[in-house]
Amino acid sequence: MKNVLCAVAGAAALLISAPSIAQTTLTVATVNNSDMIRMQGLTSEFTAKNPDITVKWVTLEENVLRQRVTTDIATKGGQFDVLTIGTYEVPIWAKKNWLVPLDKLGADYDVGDLLPKIKDAVSVDGKLYAAPFYGESSMVMYRTDLFDKAGLKMPESPTWDFVVDAAKKLTDKSAGVYGICLRGKAGWGENMAFLTAMSNSFGARWFDEKWEPQFNSPEWKKTLTTYVDLMKQAGPPGASSNGFNENLALFSAGKCAMWIDATVAASMVSNPKDSKVADKVGFALAPNTGLGKNANWLWAWSLAVPAGSKKVEAAEKFIAWATSKDYTKLVASKEGWANVPPGTRSSLYKNPDYLKVAPFAKLTLASIDAADPNKPTVKPVPYVGVQYAAIPEFQGIGTQVGQQFSAALSGSTTVDAALTAAQSVTEREMKRAGYIK
Amino acid sequence: MARMVTTRNKVISTAAAWLVGFLIFFPILWMVLASFKTELEAFAIPPSFLFFHWTTENYVTVQERSDYFHHALNSIVIAGGSTLIAMLIAIPAAWSMAFSPTKRTKDVLLWMLSTKMMPPVGVLVPIYLIFRSVGLLDTRAGLIFILCLGNLPIVIWMLFTYFKEIPKDILEAARMDGATIGRELIYVLTPMAVPGLASTLLLNLILAWNEAFWTLNLSTLEAAPLTVFIASYSSPEGLFWAKLSAASTLAIAPILVLGWFSQRQLVRGLTFGAVK
Repeated sequence: MKNVLCAVAGAAALLISAPSIAQTTLTVATVNNSDMIRMQGLTSEFTAKNPDITVKWVTLEENVLRQRVTTDIATKGGQFDVLTIGTYEVPIWAKKNWLVPLDKLGADYDVGDLLPKIKDAVSVDGKLYAAPFYGESSMVMYRTDLFDKAGLKMPESPTWDFVVDAAKKLTDKSAGVYGICLRGKAGWGENMAFLTAMSNSFGARWFDEKWEPQFNSPEWKKTLTTYVDLMKQAGPPGASSNGFNENLALFSAGKCAMWIDATVAASMVSNPKDSKVADKVGFALAPNTGLGKNANWLWAWSLAVPAGSKKVEAAEKFIAWATSKDYTKLVASKEGWANVPPGTRSSLYKNPDYLKVAPFAKLTLASIDAADPNKPTVKPVPYVGVQYAAIPEFQGIGTQVGQQFSAALSGSTTVDAALTAAQSVTEREMKRAGYIK
Repeated sequence: MARMVTTRNKVISTAAAWLVGFLIFFPILWMVLASFKTELEAFAIPPSFLFFHWTTENYVTVQERSDYFHHALNSIVIAGGSTLIAMLIAIPAAWSMAFSPTKRTKDVLLWMLSTKMMPPVGVLVPIYLIFRSVGLLDTRAGLIFILCLGNLPIVIWMLFTYFKEIPKDILEAARMDGATIGRELIYVLTPMAVPGLASTLLLNLILAWNEAFWTLNLSTLEAAPLTVFIASYSSPEGLFWAKLSAASTLAIAPILVLGWFSQRQLVRGLTFGAVK
């Protein structure tokens, strides 16, 4: 009791003596990815430098976050001051004037150091509307030991023909090893992220210049046929329900010879704590068909300020801190270079300390450079985005098309039927939204 | 001979009951087991049932990363508050409809039920706007209000059916013996209605505890209950099953314990009137 009294008296004394600083409380909405959790853990470093700002975190599941944040921003609810959003949302929301342009990030922020492709993806009309926190593309991760055993050599930029051929050779179903693991779970951000990127490398596109859906094109047919045939012969059972996490678990457990997915997975599969194959992983660019486009996407989880926030200044301060070069150094000093958020700044890829612990760095950078959200595929398109089309309708259409393609993979429909259904679904939605007549 | 068959039947029906019980309980058991695995083991195919490396690491991480007690307290206040208010409104409503029905009672009951037929997301934006205007976003009071409204039709319906089972003649008999309204309520009606009241209360509490649409959409930090706590452990890029299981186990623990303790009332209440 005495202690309590002392503590209360002490606290009261502190309160009285403390200079009256007007406290600003920032509410940051984010997803549960390890880089974000690390940032959460380092918040005290920011508040120590900015004693007038308190930071509170709301971590939510990706889809819940999207729904929650969209509702709040559309109704100007003002519940959040900093949002974690992806490259898909940035151009759409910026055009609706939902985001505050980030032009006051400070003199030493060095916008020029941001990777150009990532910077493009979070800018509209040359103005930055979100600051990239970590960026990713996709690439091939493969088992060097299995390739050596089979006498195969992975080129740095493989073709689809090579990947298909190698996958078939490396499949040993009796040993539980499958040649290739790819996403199959339906969703615009799940199988459609992969398949849209893959279709780009086959020269396919979602829409022509007049927004006419293109699923009836031979390029899409070739994409989907290649994918379904490959997965049937060399993929794991039940692939139509596999997403990023399922494939990560399969690859880490040594069940896949190849896996084409997000570049951020590279550090997870090479971490001996979580992966049984950590020392046997090689990396290569996503496959192509010689048309000048690789099957890799571009994504950046970015921090943005909603137009409804009344604490723009403090929010910008926080964003500048969390996406700065100094933050990278801070993470490196506390948790090592292997744990810094990748894929946003050129300086990171010139840092010898980082390159030493990240054997995948060179290919991550090359993959990001190879993706162009403004010119995603071989033919011209009216939309922005590599593995998506940045229009509000895409989430719904993408998921419906994803369901068709997932069904084709599981065998409950044929490739032709899936493409016909995808075409009619997309046509209907695009007519309803007024893009085509 | 007859006795042998009875014994055998007994054994078979007991075994069958245990089997069904185990099957129903299995998802919860599986979740608890997963919460003691490492992330890689939780994802492993084929899954291991008991022979894995047991670890409490997930619970430590969950404790470190989020404030369980803050969320649990919010859940208790929101679920408890909304249930109590719903009961306070529903008891008189169900009472009057059961004991002095009018021509429109049936319509009123159906109308109340019809409010449950609309998917909540359909009214999310209007409700969000109202909450924003009156400053109820991210407040416990706001969540108590909306959960209370949402569960009220079910509570009234449940209580109505229980009250309807109470024979009016018993009340009349009490009145004939000279009982006042107060005595009639306390000594005659209440004992008969207790199982029904208790099970309605508990069911409503469970519904409010598990409600995961409004609580996720209308709360941010201050009023965030355990549903938000669980949702924060799902990850788009990274394995999360073990940690999510640990968070879920912590979230259901209080309500599970409460359910165990009030099992008798719950069963009595739910089978009330079934053996007349």
